[in-house]
Amino acid sequence: MDHFPTNWGRPRNDAFDAYGTYPLAQRPYNGPKDTFEAGVQRTQQPIVTGTSVLALKYKDGIMMAADNLASYGSLARFKDIQRLHPVGNNTVIGAGGDMSDFQYIQSLLDSLMIEEFTAQDGHSLGPAELHEYLAQVMYGRRSKINPLWNSLIVGGFKDGKRFLSYVDLLGTTYSASTLATGYGAYIAQPLLRKAVEGYEDVLTEEQAEKIMTECLKVLFYRDARSLNKYQIATITTKGVNLSESRSLDTTWSFAEGIRGYGAQTQ
Amino acid sequence: MTSIGTGYDLSASTYSPDGRIFQVEYANKAVENSGTAIGLRVKDGIVLAVEKLVHSKLLVPEANRRIQTVDRHIGLATAGLLADGRQLANRARDESLNYRDSFRQPVPLKYLADRLGLYTQVYTLYSSVRPFGISTIVGGIDESGSSLYVIEPSGVFFGYHGAAVGKGRQLAKTEMEKLKLSELTTRQAVMEAARIIYLVHDDAKEKDFELEMSWIGDETNGLHLPVPKDLFDEAEKAAKAALETFE
Repeated sequence: MDHFPTNWGRPRNDAFDAYGTYPLAQRPYNGPKDTFEAGVQRTQQPIVTGTSVLALKYKDGIMMAADNLASYGSLARFKDIQRLHPVGNNTVIGAGGDMSDFQYIQSLLDSLMIEEFTAQDGHSLGPAELHEYLAQVMYGRRSKINPLWNSLIVGGFKDGKRFLSYVDLLGTTYSASTLATGYGAYIAQPLLRKAVEGYEDVLTEEQAEKIMTECLKVLFYRDARSLNKYQIATITTKGVNLSESRSLDTTWSFAEGIRGYGAQTQ
Repeated sequence: MTSIGTGYDLSASTYSPDGRIFQVEYANKAVENSGTAIGLRVKDGIVLAVEKLVHSKLLVPEANRRIQTVDRHIGLATAGLLADGRQLANRARDESLNYRDSFRQPVPLKYLADRLGLYTQVYTLYSSVRPFGISTIVGGIDESGSSLYVIEPSGVFFGYHGAAVGKGRQLAKTEMEKLKLSELTTRQAVMEAARIIYLVHDDAKEKDFELEMSWIGDETNGLHLPVPKDLFDEAEKAAKAALETFE
């Protein structure tokens, strides 16, 4: 029942002005209303973010590194966040981008791994399967115009094979012997390529670690959203090893000589 | 069975004049026809064991498992209709996943047993469905330690130190009562469980059976896993040996 007298006796279709009353008087809309129309919102920008993840292939497997920072805009908000996440016994996922979306991805993977475990069929998901799964999830979400705002690196070692691949919020995937996300894709990637490409089968763990820390150091000097606290993960025949948080040795004495930025007047 | 033919046993939604629901009692009969399943709750974990009767030599060994995994920390063994066991295990996995999604924690055993009890009970209320023809042993480890529950076709569930369902439950219970369950390790319990299953198996009636065993405890890092091959073989060998001295 239409309770507004101004609507009474008028045509139902406003597009047809049967009584030639143009311009039509403003009349209330009495159709069905979606109260939460404005409530449907999607992640259209990341909020709490992590920066670069680095990864490389070396003799024994895969090495990955990421710092422990989650930024809130330009504020260094959380300084003890783990951005490398082991999944099963053969895989590590490293994430840049929105950390809440990353936590959601972690819980997705946890459910997935339990589902596989309960099958008790002697199979388990390795890095290749997990990467494919993530690629499908990421692409599915971007197609709903509701992406998970991350760039992810999946590294693993299973059945004697190294696996290293990338997937991001668009569902784009690629593999290479060195990978870097975020700012690291610009700054660390060229350094990694120079140090690793062609030497994937000869680099020792010590050498690989040295390359990693060097790249992290450069990133810490250049990337204002990075931190000098980081973790390194290795995935080898022995399984996953995620290090404790470590610190980078950096020197800033040269900064005194820089002119033209900041608070100095001269 | 004087009750048969009185018409009160046609539906799970009808009581008999003396207050019984025959369909539920018939479901219990289905359980009694099945190979025995036992569960032991011991010092540092849980052991589940099943006497799986093999009705055909053509079957692939280890197919149609009756011990299933619900979650990392929970195992489930059934006695009764095999397909009903699968259905209940699937439901248990759903419940476990739902709990995890809601609370970001592994599901407590008591909660799971309660939910499965409710689910089973619903099938005793309507004429359009039949009650579950299974008794289920659910065992696992949660933050309050290890626990063991049995859910019956009526939907009731009880916690136990040692549980037995199926054909040989009486003898199995008697054997378990002789054990000091709270002092056994899971490793010892595996040996006992194998022995009990071999003991309760009635060679005269059923020829072939397969032993199925799984455990959850400190040795498995709190995971529900099949008993490893070497221990399984050792337990099976000891069980067969014990059988000969017993008789």
